[in-house]
Amino acid sequence: MALDRTTVAHIARLARIKVKEHELDALAGELGGILAWVEQLQEVNVDGVEPMTGSVTPGMKLKMREDVVDDGGIRDKVLGNAPKSAAGFFAVPKVIE
Amino acid sequence: MAGSTNLIDGRTGKWEVVLGLEVHAQVVSNAKLFSGAATAFGAEPNTQVSYVDAAFPGMLPVINRRCVEQAVRTGLGLKARINLRSVFDRKNYFYPDLPPGYQISQYKQPIVGKGTITLDLADGATRSVGITRLHLEQDAGKSLHDQSPGETYVDLNRAGVALMEIVSEPDLRSAEEAAAYLRKLRSILRYLGSCDGNMEEGSMRCDVNLSVRRAGSTELGTRCEIKNVNSVRFVMQAIEYEARRQVEVIEDGGKVVQETRLFDSGRGVTRSMRSKEEAHDYRYFPDPDLLPLELDPAWVEEIRRTLPELPDEKKARFERDYKLNAYDAGVLVAERESAEFFEAIAKGRDAKIAANWVMGEYFGYLNKHGLDLPKAPVDATRLGGLIDLIADGTLSGRMAKEVFEEMWRTGAPAAAIVEAKGLQQVTDTGAIEAEIDAVLGSAADKVAEYRAGKDKLFGFFVGQVMKRTQGKASPAVVNELLKKKLQG
Amino acid sequence: MTGLTDLTIAAAREGLKAKRFSATELARAHVAAMERTRALNVFVTETPERALAAAAASDARLAKGEARPLEGIPLAIKDLFCTEGVLTTAGSHILDGFKPPYESTVTAQLWRDGAAMLGKTNMDEFAMGSSTTTSYYRPTINPWARRGDNRPLVPGGSSGGSSAVVAARAALGATGTDTGGSIRQPAAFAGIVGMKPTYGRCSRWGIVAFASSLDQAGPMTRSVRDAAIMLRSMAGHDPRDSTSVDTAVPDYEAALGQGVKGLRVGIPKEYRVDGMSAELDRLWQRGIEWLTAAGAKPVDISLPHTKYALPTYYIIAPAEASSNLARYDGTRFGLRVAGDSLTEMYENTRAEGFGKEVRRRVMIGTYVLSAGYYDAYYIRAQRVRALISRDFTQAFQKVDVILTPTAPSTAFAIGEKADDPIAMYLNDVFTVTVNLAGLPGISVPAGLSADGLPLGLQLIAKAFDEETLFRAAEVVEEAAGFTARPGGY
Repeated sequence: MALDRTTVAHIARLARIKVKEHELDALAGELGGILAWVEQLQEVNVDGVEPMTGSVTPGMKLKMREDVVDDGGIRDKVLGNAPKSAAGFFAVPKVIE
Repeated sequence: MAGSTNLIDGRTGKWEVVLGLEVHAQVVSNAKLFSGAATAFGAEPNTQVSYVDAAFPGMLPVINRRCVEQAVRTGLGLKARINLRSVFDRKNYFYPDLPPGYQISQYKQPIVGKGTITLDLADGATRSVGITRLHLEQDAGKSLHDQSPGETYVDLNRAGVALMEIVSEPDLRSAEEAAAYLRKLRSILRYLGSCDGNMEEGSMRCDVNLSVRRAGSTELGTRCEIKNVNSVRFVMQAIEYEARRQVEVIEDGGKVVQETRLFDSGRGVTRSMRSKEEAHDYRYFPDPDLLPLELDPAWVEEIRRTLPELPDEKKARFERDYKLNAYDAGVLVAERESAEFFEAIAKGRDAKIAANWVMGEYFGYLNKHGLDLPKAPVDATRLGGLIDLIADGTLSGRMAKEVFEEMWRTGAPAAAIVEAKGLQQVTDTGAIEAEIDAVLGSAADKVAEYRAGKDKLFGFFVGQVMKRTQGKASPAVVNELLKKKLQG
Repeated sequence: MTGLTDLTIAAAREGLKAKRFSATELARAHVAAMERTRALNVFVTETPERALAAAAASDARLAKGEARPLEGIPLAIKDLFCTEGVLTTAGSHILDGFKPPYESTVTAQLWRDGAAMLGKTNMDEFAMGSSTTTSYYRPTINPWARRGDNRPLVPGGSSGGSSAVVAARAALGATGTDTGGSIRQPAAFAGIVGMKPTYGRCSRWGIVAFASSLDQAGPMTRSVRDAAIMLRSMAGHDPRDSTSVDTAVPDYEAALGQGVKGLRVGIPKEYRVDGMSAELDRLWQRGIEWLTAAGAKPVDISLPHTKYALPTYYIIAPAEASSNLARYDGTRFGLRVAGDSLTEMYENTRAEGFGKEVRRRVMIGTYVLSAGYYDAYYIRAQRVRALISRDFTQAFQKVDVILTPTAPSTAFAIGEKADDPIAMYLNDVFTVTVNLAGLPGISVPAGLSADGLPLGLQLIAKAFDEETLFRAAEVVEEAAGFTARPGGY
């Protein structure tokens, strides 16, 4: 499956990864190669087969936690690794609304 | 379906508005949907944030049972289908107040399916509106753009708080119906205790989907979505404006563009959110950190059994048991507290008098003083006591109003005020007869006129008697005796 | 003291209990070995002070006769496990300087049971790779070398730092994680035991996520018994991981020594792939003979969808990764590269912070989930995955355990296969099916290639039947009598 430059640029944008103009062609080739390779799944007959979701353990049910406040109140730790914080907030470049 | 009164007059003819609402209702719970951090409103920034909420590496979600229960309870309250198996998906997009880069939501298999809400319209009529679905999802944090000139500040306290997204069918036809829908939904949520319905604190937020079509047409027009409208009044304004706008666009030969719009409450207009027009591709897929949510049918039944009586049933019962009209019953059941307050008073008393007092004098005072029922100085027992004094003839209606004012100010029981002020109504016929004789004796000319056919003078005699008794005479006794004497 | 670094965990445990040496001596010997093997670039972060402090505490407990199951055992930890206050990088630039304020469940349980941390081992970035060459912290070198060829070889991946450190006798054992073969393939490349438990057996809480439905932690050791000992401490239900299984952890060690008499061993014909080397085929045959000689019964089985496992994996794993890695955005931890706008900051941070392979997989994952392609790729892959899982379910009606080679080749030179992603992906051809089906698997060193490199055999068991897996693995281990040691350290 061949990918064009526009598609690669669009995917990169969706994934928020900067890709320079001159890298687009090479990337299109690589990604296209992988997609062509996985294309072989199209030959599998999957009629009536439910897609696998969640855990692979049959019969396992989602457990629930009780409605108890037992976390939070750790602002310094939560902000401790942040590249930039101010006044108790995370700080990022201004979002233009 | 829609009454003709709901149509909009355009230059080229009449138009019908087609509306659907998506309400995001914050679930009442102590902790967040997938973490143990608190949900309380108004905390210092980032103090109610766990590593899960901040999406630290290796952190995993674990679902809060209470939030699931609240969603099921709400589904049952909306007479909706409860899906015993539902799936949590990831909705992927980048934004600083969405730490993991995805929102955990339910896309293809929500926890609640189709349901119904009954609207109470202004004329006392009712109308059914379909609920498409209800699903659980996480709220995002808050971005503050005005705290620093070059930066956006992010507070994650709200990030991960449980929301129920409740989607209606496009069954609504006017701003008034949308308002009635929101009021009714809010009322049901508050009865159920699944959302506090506080729009000011953002516990209920609304997106409006709106299109217009020529009256009589059955095809749907192109719709716009108006995001995040946060009060019933704004919803109504936004609908009025947007409907007019779309009609004008079409009548001017243009086409409505499907887009997301924002309501500017300051100017009362909607405007295109062009900056967010960048194509979204949310790449939904089942969250591999969670298993499908499977509900035990016995648990759902247990929740069903513990549902409170909801506004519609209560209203029907009030009409039946207390012989109230639809309007009065509707007003009384809108809030669970006022319905319970009314019932506490109406039990064993004249329900009509109780309803008149609760809806008239009592609600008037609440309004005037800006108080909620639980904070009012006169409780149901006290108000019941006052009504008892009217019923047994101790107080006239006018006297009761005076006593009520005093009760509101001092918090004292009616009987104590009556006694302290000597306000007791005079019902002793002998005493009243003496006063009547004195009045008639001093106005022989007027008595003659009356007897000659000037009926209107009856009121004059009543007034004179009441004046002489300082208003304490029982109006009923005065009337009866006066009639007898004048005929005499 | 010489010899201490050659011990198995089981032998060290006995030696400590018998007071033949102290935990401090054991830790010092390993700290010295760690320094000696620095040329292999095994560790991203060394924590000798932690190892020695833990050893001192262990000596105190040993003196009081209060030894815990892993008392005084020095271990290396893959740098994918969050360790409180210790740099955790996942081999990526994007986690620059990240010191987690929490400890992963698996490592916390190791420390609870008395183990000591020597350091954090190198790995392919975000566990994406089969060679430990995609790490931001440079490649790790396999202590093994080809006879007559001194080109540095890869230790396999992604847990290559862990396989190299155990092979080089600089740790008694190590943790790994396995998403498509990342424990078993490097174990095979380094001549050690690598075990991937059933999905849900070990908590994923605190392990940097790659592909949530496939990731599973496991032990990497120099003996099957050691793997059983380590797993018992690593495993267990964790209420903080919704996919963690709530069943009791058996005493895996107690299952050892029971032999394989009467056990039915499945030999899947689809694993005899085109171009498989004659010596690998011979080794596989020998494995069958060993088990047969011990009383097991070989049974030919078919796992018909095997050939689709890798392409299935290369849709599902990147899809989950593209979403799991969205949190690395320069906002709350790790690297931030400035930009004129928020979006630019995101794009610059992720372009510089992620290496080439990670960027490639995130983009593949983004593509296969995007509108219009989701059904054709992702949903179809999940259906094929269900078929692969069904293949195993049907096979396990006829057999108790399955025997296959672990990897299609021996360790290759650093730089080889670097230009061809698909050639690199083929490393996992025998291991990836096990992840897709969530089953337990183990690689046991079984022999040397003609040029002197280790080869591994893989055993696969039913979900949560780790005990049978260990039993069979022990028989292969004993029969193989693998005593060769790498020379390159």
